[in-house]
Amino acid sequence: MVFELCALNFVLCDLYLKRRHHTNTGLKHKTQSTKFKDQNTKIKPPRTNFKIMEYHRHLDDELDSLRDRVLLLGGEAETALERAMKALTERDSELARKVLDQDDKIDQLEVEVDRQCIDIIALRQPAARDLRFVISVAKMAPVLERIADHAANIARVAIDLNNEPELKSIVDLSRMSDHALRMLRAALDAFTSGDAATAREVILSDAEINELYNHVFHQLIEMMVTEPSTATRDARLLFVAKHLERIGDYVTDICELTVYMAEAAFIKHFK
Amino acid sequence: MSTTAPTITTRVKVPERDPGTDSARSGAPAKIAVHDLDFYYGKTQALHGVSLQIPERIVMAFIGPSGCGKSTFLRTLNRMNDVIAGTRVSGQVLMDGVDVYQPGTDVVELRRKVGMVFQKSNPFPKSIFDNVAYGLRINRLTANKSELEERVEQALKDAALWNEVKDRLKTSALSLSGGQQQRLCIARALAIRPEVVLMDEPASALDPVATHKIEELIVELKKQYTIVIVTHNMQQAARVSDTTAFFLLGKLIEVNSTEKMFTNPNEKLTEDYITGRFG
Repeated sequence: MVFELCALNFVLCDLYLKRRHHTNTGLKHKTQSTKFKDQNTKIKPPRTNFKIMEYHRHLDDELDSLRDRVLLLGGEAETALERAMKALTERDSELARKVLDQDDKIDQLEVEVDRQCIDIIALRQPAARDLRFVISVAKMAPVLERIADHAANIARVAIDLNNEPELKSIVDLSRMSDHALRMLRAALDAFTSGDAATAREVILSDAEINELYNHVFHQLIEMMVTEPSTATRDARLLFVAKHLERIGDYVTDICELTVYMAEAAFIKHFK
Repeated sequence: MSTTAPTITTRVKVPERDPGTDSARSGAPAKIAVHDLDFYYGKTQALHGVSLQIPERIVMAFIGPSGCGKSTFLRTLNRMNDVIAGTRVSGQVLMDGVDVYQPGTDVVELRRKVGMVFQKSNPFPKSIFDNVAYGLRINRLTANKSELEERVEQALKDAALWNEVKDRLKTSALSLSGGQQQRLCIARALAIRPEVVLMDEPASALDPVATHKIEELIVELKKQYTIVIVTHNMQQAARVSDTTAFFLLGKLIEVNSTEKMFTNPNEKLTEDYITGRFG
């Protein structure tokens, strides 16, 4: 039985080696192909001393293009927020209308980023950090679009309020918008450079916006009580404050995605 | 902003990956344990101090550029390199705790326990039935004809080929398609009931449909066998394997759960290879 098992093994190995000899004509095996004729002849080893070749990847071009596009979307959202708040504080309805006009462009950009992400996943099958980047961008695009939507809503409030008598200025509302803008810029910078540490700091700084929101909330309620004739306008400002507070949350989402992209760590739903 | 990373505690728990599929973390005893393995073709060293554990009943994939030593390493597991003159090996390959390179090892028995499937299907110019029955017959592993038929049927079923060939078992194996021939070779390897099946690029010569069938089969086979597969196709490694090992220039660079390997490998070299930055 042992002899027969040996025979089977020999037949299988022999067949395998002969097939290798007959079928491998590619570069990889070229040097050893003729050596398999005689098993007693020493063969050359497989190629092991090759150089690692680094080369340009078309995927890099596509990822760069995707990065550019999502940053463009981020820039548009940032501009929309800046203009909407300026339209509100400087009573500039023309500027507010520009924000609304730009909203379609932002929606369009979001769809383009979406499609680009899907194409890259389907056609390039990215892995590791490339995969994390594409997934992060795919999840970030709708978040940026939502930020722009909130900016558009602030612009609508600005148009409404600009048609009515001016309210006394609320300092904390301006502070909120300044802080939200700073957070958004820092978040986009952190994403661009893959800086998870900065992203984490931005996440923690969202607490400041929440605190300012509480101040603004109480301030506006007090104004409604003391001067009921302005209650409708105060309520509109309350919505603005809520939009800014939500923008802070969305910026936090962007930072969580940056941390995932950089470190493959999930830090969603933090305490 | 400063670059010191603040700590952020989350309310939710990120689900851990199944530790059973992660050889690096799994406490399961290894079916194959390799310690500090060096391998030489003459004076050329092809493997440098490879140490690796392969747990039972998983699919482990070896990936790496051409010439990195993954196929050489695969063939050291059942001493297939012994048939090449001028080769030399040092270190240990333990199969169920027994060194397969220790003097007196029954190499034939080793290869019965550790079956192999090659890149190109190599059916014998015999009928489908006779191909699968070959090993059983010459080793007299069955007592009678009905047991032989039973074992052949089971092997063909295990190789997901039975339904396609049950009505033409007496026709030549060479009449089968490339994908069917490869599954026939797998059936032939399974017929003698190995414990480990080594596969050296088993689907590289097949079309996508045949490849898909082989991949489905591999996932199915791990319920009964330990599978080690060498593949150039990284997506294939991602699809079928539980654990992936990356080789480069004869060295084992990283072994990790396949999910980790393809989303966040530990080593930069692994990441650069997986993302196609070099080859």
